[in-house]
Formats: sequence, C-alpha cells, structure tokens
Amino acid sequence: MNAPVSITRQPVVALVGNPNAGKTSLFNALTGSRQKVGNYPGVTVERKAGRLALPDGRSAELIDLPGTYSLTPRSPDEAVTRDAIFGRIAGERPLDAIVAVVDATNLRNHLRFVLELKALGLPLVVALNMIDLATRDGIGIDSARLGALLDLPVVETVAVRRRGLEALGAALAARIGDTPPALPQERPSDVRALQKQARQLAATVQTSTGSAKAWSQRIDAVVLHPLAGPLLLAAVLFFMFQAVFSWAEAPMGWIEAGVAALQAELAAALPEGWFLSLLNDGVLAGVGAVVVFLPQILILFLFIITLEQTGYMTRAAFLMDRLMARVGLNGRAFIPLLSSFACAVPGIMATRTIDSPRDRLTTILIAPLMTCSARLPVYAVVIGAFIPARDVGPFGLQGLVLFALYLAGILGALVAAFALRRTVTKGAAPPFLMEMPKYQWPALRDVGLGLYGRATAFLQRAGTIILASTIVLWAMASWPQPPVGANKPAIDYSLAGKIGAALEPAFAPIGFNKEIVIALVPGMAAREVAVSALGTVYALNDVSEDNAGSLIERLRSAWPLPTALAFLAWFVFAPQCISTLAITRRETASWRWPIFMFSYLFAAAYVAAGITYHLALAAGL
Amino acid sequence: MTTSALHRPIDALAVGEVALIAAIDRAGLDPGTAQRLCELGFDEGVDVEILHRAPFGGDPLAVRVGNMVVALRRDMARLIEVEP
Repeated sequence: MNAPVSITRQPVVALVGNPNAGKTSLFNALTGSRQKVGNYPGVTVERKAGRLALPDGRSAELIDLPGTYSLTPRSPDEAVTRDAIFGRIAGERPLDAIVAVVDATNLRNHLRFVLELKALGLPLVVALNMIDLATRDGIGIDSARLGALLDLPVVETVAVRRRGLEALGAALAARIGDTPPALPQERPSDVRALQKQARQLAATVQTSTGSAKAWSQRIDAVVLHPLAGPLLLAAVLFFMFQAVFSWAEAPMGWIEAGVAALQAELAAALPEGWFLSLLNDGVLAGVGAVVVFLPQILILFLFIITLEQTGYMTRAAFLMDRLMARVGLNGRAFIPLLSSFACAVPGIMATRTIDSPRDRLTTILIAPLMTCSARLPVYAVVIGAFIPARDVGPFGLQGLVLFALYLAGILGALVAAFALRRTVTKGAAPPFLMEMPKYQWPALRDVGLGLYGRATAFLQRAGTIILASTIVLWAMASWPQPPVGANKPAIDYSLAGKIGAALEPAFAPIGFNKEIVIALVPGMAAREVAVSALGTVYALNDVSEDNAGSLIERLRSAWPLPTALAFLAWFVFAPQCISTLAITRRETASWRWPIFMFSYLFAAAYVAAGITYHLALAAGL
Repeated sequence: MTTSALHRPIDALAVGEVALIAAIDRAGLDPGTAQRLCELGFDEGVDVEILHRAPFGGDPLAVRVGNMVVALRRDMARLIEVEP
C-alpha cells in the first residue's frame, strides 16, 4: 500500500490538443462516467472535468480543455484553453501537468503545438493517440525516438480501445510533484519556425509515410461529389427526421401508458380533492406530456453526435458553405445550426468556434429558428391530432408535414440571416478556413456518454423548470374556483382564464383561442411547456368529468383546422424560451441582442401564424 | 517574398495535381488568418493538392496540405502560389 498522500491537494491535469486529436475520447476513456460537466464562470464554455486515478494511488482532477491549434486564440472557445493554461480563469486552480494529445496520423501539424506547449515549462506528457489508425494507413512512428528528441515522455494510446491508458497514468504520476509548478509566462512564439521544426521532427521519427488517409479520400469521393454529395446530405437529414418519428413511437407509447397507469393508481389510492388534482392534472399531466418526448430527443442527438464523431459534419459544412455564403454566413455556421435542431442553447454555445464576431452574432440570432427538440412535442401533438396518418407514396403524411415545418424554419433562418447581414450585422465576410478530419467509426462509449449527458439535462429540466411552471400554471388555472352553480368550465373563473381572456383579442386575428393564449404564457419558460400547459388547461377545462381522453383527442374536438395550422406556423418562429434568451444575453454580453431576438421572432411568429390562418380559412379548410 | 510570374495560385491547379507551395501572400490576409493558415500547415515548400471543389460553383475547395485536409474559399486560395 502507498502511504497516504496529502488529501487536501488534488493535482489538476488538463488535456490539450488540436481539434480532432481524439481528446474527448481520451477524456471519456480516462474518466468513464465519473465526469462533471459545468461552465466556466462568466463564459459559457463547457467545463468538462473528471476524476483520474493515478497508478500510485493519488487521484487527479482531469480537465478536457477545448481543442485549439495554438495558444493564440481565434475564437472564444480557444481563448478558454489559453486562459486555463496561464491560470487566468477565476476560481480555477493552476495546472499541475498537461497531456498533449497528438493525432499520430497528422504528426507534423500536431507536433508544432506540442513544441509550443513544451516551451511553457509545465510538466508535459505526450499522448500519441490513434496509433492504430496510423498503422492502418501504413504510417510507422518510432515513438521512443520521438520521446528522446522531444525530451518528453511519449505514450502510444488508442483512446477508443482503452489502450495505453495505464502507461499514460504512470507517466503522469512520475511528473506530478507534491507542490504545484510555477505559472507559465506567455511569450510570443514564431509559428513558422515551430512548424518547420515540427515537420523535420515528424520526418525523422516516421519510419514510413504511408498512404495519406486513402480511406477518407475514397469516402470523400462520394460524400463531396458535386451531385451525389448534396443528394446524400439531403437523404441523411430526411432519414434522420423520419427516424425521429418512427423509431420513437413504441417507447413513447410505453411512457404514456406508464403515466396513465400512475394516474389511475393515484386516483384509486387518494381521496378526490385538490391534492389529487395537483398530482394528476398538474404534475403528471404536465411533466408526463414533456417526458414522453425523451425518446425523440435521444434519437435526434444520437444522429447529431454520431455524425459529428464520424467526421461527416464538417463535410456537410463544406457542402453548405456556398449556400451559407449567399446569405452572408460561412459553412462553419452549419454545425451550430444543426445542433440547434436539438436545442438552441448548445447551438448558440457552439457558435464560439466561429471566429468572426459578426458571423457569430448572426448565427446566434438565427439559431432559434432551427426547429429545436422542445418544439417537437408541440409539433407532435398538433400533427397527431390534425394530420391524418396516411401514406403519400413511400412516406407518411405526418412525417412529411414535420419535414415541411423543419424546412420552413431553415428558410426563415436563411431569410433572416440575409436581412441581418445587410442591416444590424453588416460588415465584410471573414475568411473561411476549416480542417476536415479523417473519417472514423463512432465509438460506442463516446456516443453513449454524450447521450447520457443530454438525457440527464433534459430530465433535469423536466424535473425543475417544467415541473415548477406546471405547478404554477395548475394553481393559476385552478383558482379562484368557480362559484356554486356555475355553468361555464371551471377554468373560465380562474386567474389563468382571466389573463387568457384579457390577451385573447390580441391573438384572435391569428386564430388563437383563449386556451392557446393561456398555454403560451407559461410557455415562456420553455417551448415544450406549451404542451404540458395545454395538457393542464384542457384537463381542468373538461366539464364532462371524463378524464380518459388524451390531449390529442381533446385538441381535435376543440380546435378548427386553421387554428391548428396557425399554431404550427407560430411555433416555427416561437420566440418564447427563457433559456435561449438567457444564453444569448451571456454570449453577447448585453441585453440588446436578446431583446432584439425576442422582438423579431415574435413579429415573425405573429405574421406567419396570421398568414397561415387566413390562407387556411380562404382555402375552406 | 518573391512572387515570380511563373507561379500559379493553387486555385488554378487541377483536381488531383500535386504541387509545392512557392509563396503565400501574407500581406493580403489579416495577421490572425495568416497565422491560422500556417498552423493548418500551409507553408513554403509543403506539398498541396486540390481534392474537391464544392458543388454549385466550385467554391470552397478541399485542399490536402501535407497530411491534413483543409477547406478554404477561392479568394484565399488565390493568395497561395505553387511552383509550376
């Protein structure tokens, strides 16, 4: 047994490396599920930390810093890495050691960064990662010689297969002392000189050069083909959205049945009264209506995480660049925008990889137009209620309508970007430079951990913000109670009913009824709350005392078709999401942009819903 | 930096043609972009090859530089010259 070391000081180790060096895979392999995802104070850069057990019995805090090409940042994301290394982040302890993660198949470019890191003088271990892919490509590397020439420990690793992890831990343990090293000083470095040195170093230690990524080039011949490429991209996106609906059907049924069974249990076990109503009509009807969409959200993220890991996402950005350039953006904006299909919050956070401030602001402002997963519950309920489940050719009509709604969001975003780039974010188009990494099989563990993180974040929201707003709405919709002998639905006498009635005239021209207006108010907290709010409103609205009907059946009897279509059109633009506005406030460091975002989205939503409603009326629907 | 009339911009290369970088017009770029270009491996004497031109007008380009593939637009590609 090792002697107990000081338990008060846990050394801090950071993973640093170029984007696409396999840093996150290495982080996942080293920490497993013992990781904590948070934020750095003041900035919204994700702070991923975990516990790393060292072979000598000590344990270190391992931090996964954002990927960067050098210590000269070009984007806010890269600035975090520099600031963490130089100990400039408030509340962060200085680093005890750095693991420089190097892609063995791209030695010369990654070694340049290692040389830059070495000059800092901090304890440094080089993880020569993806050594198996180098071997596959016929690239031979004499890692012992590389270590000798660099005068640094070099450990061969294959993060996705957990190879080399123990050796890496041992090398780290040998370099971490009992007292933290002095903070490094920032010194200007000559990139070209380092680059030249790295090229010579790589040439010396490479025993064979191999065929440079022959595999990736063969795949790219199809994926980036002028005709096949765009068709494949369209097919991938179309398949993704169809899958979101069809694969999720069964698990959603199970969740619905589970919630219904729980409601029946409670109804049987508890006496009739406000407490039962709170649990059944408030908590279970409200939270249940949101949790039921967990399968769809997980499927969407499964696609996004997998596409990112394989390297396809940057190909999509390449294909989309021309289109994005026409509206004044660049291909890089495609990745945050695609992430916004899951949720605008991580999407807006992902804009930190965009180096031009104007492009970044434009991307942030249009990100909420991408149909986020919070809108899926709304779309799903309304489509389920009003669009017949029949087939049009090989596709389901419901899926096609959903696809059209996604398309409407994308077109809206392109128009908005075009208009913004000519007005509020006017300025020169910045240069577009993007590394296109080699293709890789997605690692099950990395996809799994990514999905686990998304699922817990979603359930946390359901358990906190959505639960709280559901209870508040239930209370507002239940009190004051109707007088004895009242003949109208109980909700008409409640506070929520009165607010709805007051606002109704403003929304009547676009076909919204009082129940919709009531549901939109708590929907400010999060878009999907609108569904739980409708669930609560209609559950309490039910005068027939027949609580058996699902929300879909209730809507079908309560809304005319033009209202349903107008509601869908509203949600293409729907400005209401506190989290998005809050993240915009943080990322742009002013109230100006969130207020601007809310106003323009509100106006667009109102106009779109109005046009849809009146067109539908005119068409006799 | 010597810019000979014999040099061609990489934009003029055919897909699949390999050439060595002769000169980079760093003055035509902002310092940050010039540095990032270097960090991505663009430097005098390094081998480059155009792998793909994007659909809808051939812009941007996918360029192999050393062992790395980088996407860049044609206006920047014109600032990078290769030996004939």
